[in-house]
Amino acid sequence: MELELSDEQRLLQQTVRRFVREQIVPLEDRLDPDADEIDPDDHDRLVAEIKKIGLYGLGIPAEYGGPAIDLVTECLLAMETSQHRAGLYAPCYGVFGGSNLAQLYEANEDQKQRYLYPTLRGEKTAFFALTEASGGSDPARAIRTTAVRDGDDWVINGGKMFISGADRADYGLVFARTDPAQGRNGITCFIVDTDAQGFYVRRVIHTLRSAEYATELQFENLRVPQRNVLGEVNKGFAIASDRVSRARIPYAAACLGVAMRAQEMSIEYAKVRKTFGDMLATRQAIQWMIVDNEIDIRTGRWLVLEAAFKAERRQPFATEAALAKLVATEAAGRVVDRAIQIHGGNGVTKDLPLERWYRELRIRRIGEGPSEIQRLIVARNVIGGAFH
Amino acid sequence: MPVRMNKTWTPLTPEKVQRLSGQLGIYQIQAPTGQTVFIGYAGGRSLFGLRGELTKELASRDPGYSFRMEVNMQYMTRYKELLMVHAADHGELPLGNRESPAPRLGRLRPC
Repeated sequence: MELELSDEQRLLQQTVRRFVREQIVPLEDRLDPDADEIDPDDHDRLVAEIKKIGLYGLGIPAEYGGPAIDLVTECLLAMETSQHRAGLYAPCYGVFGGSNLAQLYEANEDQKQRYLYPTLRGEKTAFFALTEASGGSDPARAIRTTAVRDGDDWVINGGKMFISGADRADYGLVFARTDPAQGRNGITCFIVDTDAQGFYVRRVIHTLRSAEYATELQFENLRVPQRNVLGEVNKGFAIASDRVSRARIPYAAACLGVAMRAQEMSIEYAKVRKTFGDMLATRQAIQWMIVDNEIDIRTGRWLVLEAAFKAERRQPFATEAALAKLVATEAAGRVVDRAIQIHGGNGVTKDLPLERWYRELRIRRIGEGPSEIQRLIVARNVIGGAFH
Repeated sequence: MPVRMNKTWTPLTPEKVQRLSGQLGIYQIQAPTGQTVFIGYAGGRSLFGLRGELTKELASRDPGYSFRMEVNMQYMTRYKELLMVHAADHGELPLGNRESPAPRLGRLRPC
């Protein structure tokens, strides 16, 4: 694996870093500390700017109009776009576009025409609904939502929990059990229109997170046509798994971006804040916290880039993605915790972004598969399946 | 916490407002007609939190209005939820929230 960034990667990294610091951070000075959106005029202006520099649609494959960047570079940029107050769950307030459902690239042409292309054009938004009240870590067994064939339709009943964006979306991917006897081979993925009768967003689920709140969904005799089955009947679990493994890598990268900014703030503060006549930076207790932060950041960064490198080359990457997600999310939490300690009372106020990062990073150890599941994946892969 | 705020209304008077805490949270304003006319929040930039915001409400309204509030650190998501619930129940946002640019809201269908 190449350790040096290419000139292009370095240039992109610097461009995005400058954009975040010069365009996004000043806007946040005028917003509520828990805000997750900017003024629509500012949004449109910044989208136009991103389009001009060719970075609109991060994560969208080049053949669908996205910028031709690989997953390693995407992760490097995710480490930059998260470096502001709302950056963890609303990186750059969405002005880079591209938060689309990867599964739709596998859709048939009719589905692409009706859902994927309008989404890429920014005309439709979508959600992803896998987790239920019965659990999210073991969806193969936890999914209780059912879909029963009725003529040319499927009838869905049940509910989903912790689903982001469903209340604003035009459609979503909903996983339901179509064969109760088959475990993970009995789940099907449906494309569900949110204006269909029987689709309800019942409530906002309030969490530690300020942006992109989660919702609870209910389906009551929701009819979905057969042509809205994504992939094959009873093969939906593979669709969910593929998405989850790959998504873990940029997800981990964004956490590191926040950690990197928190570390930078800590170093700056330690160099100006005096206690008992000397700068904090001269105190060994502070120095060690900064060193521990550096260890956490560099370890996480290496694992994220290694996972991205392997995924990009279509090598097996499940272990690497799990390690990256596990280490980066936990390390970032520790870094922000130490950064708060270094900043003292200021660290826990809403004057600084640290308190929001502290809250929102806590969720990252659970979302996209909790730390325990990542350890389980690594254990299964390094010890071998026979012992599980 | 119920999706709809179901606390009793308190008269929007100087005596009541002065006794409020400076914490973060959300509030509703009711007109003398009984109609909910505004949903607001005391966020991280509010001076003196709920007391500050309701002091401003008091100064800008005629006598006879009422309020109710929730101390809530998750004021932003709760604020949006209450706006969506109001829109679901009444088909539109409260009058006072229609005047200023509303946040980007979704569609909620509470039971």
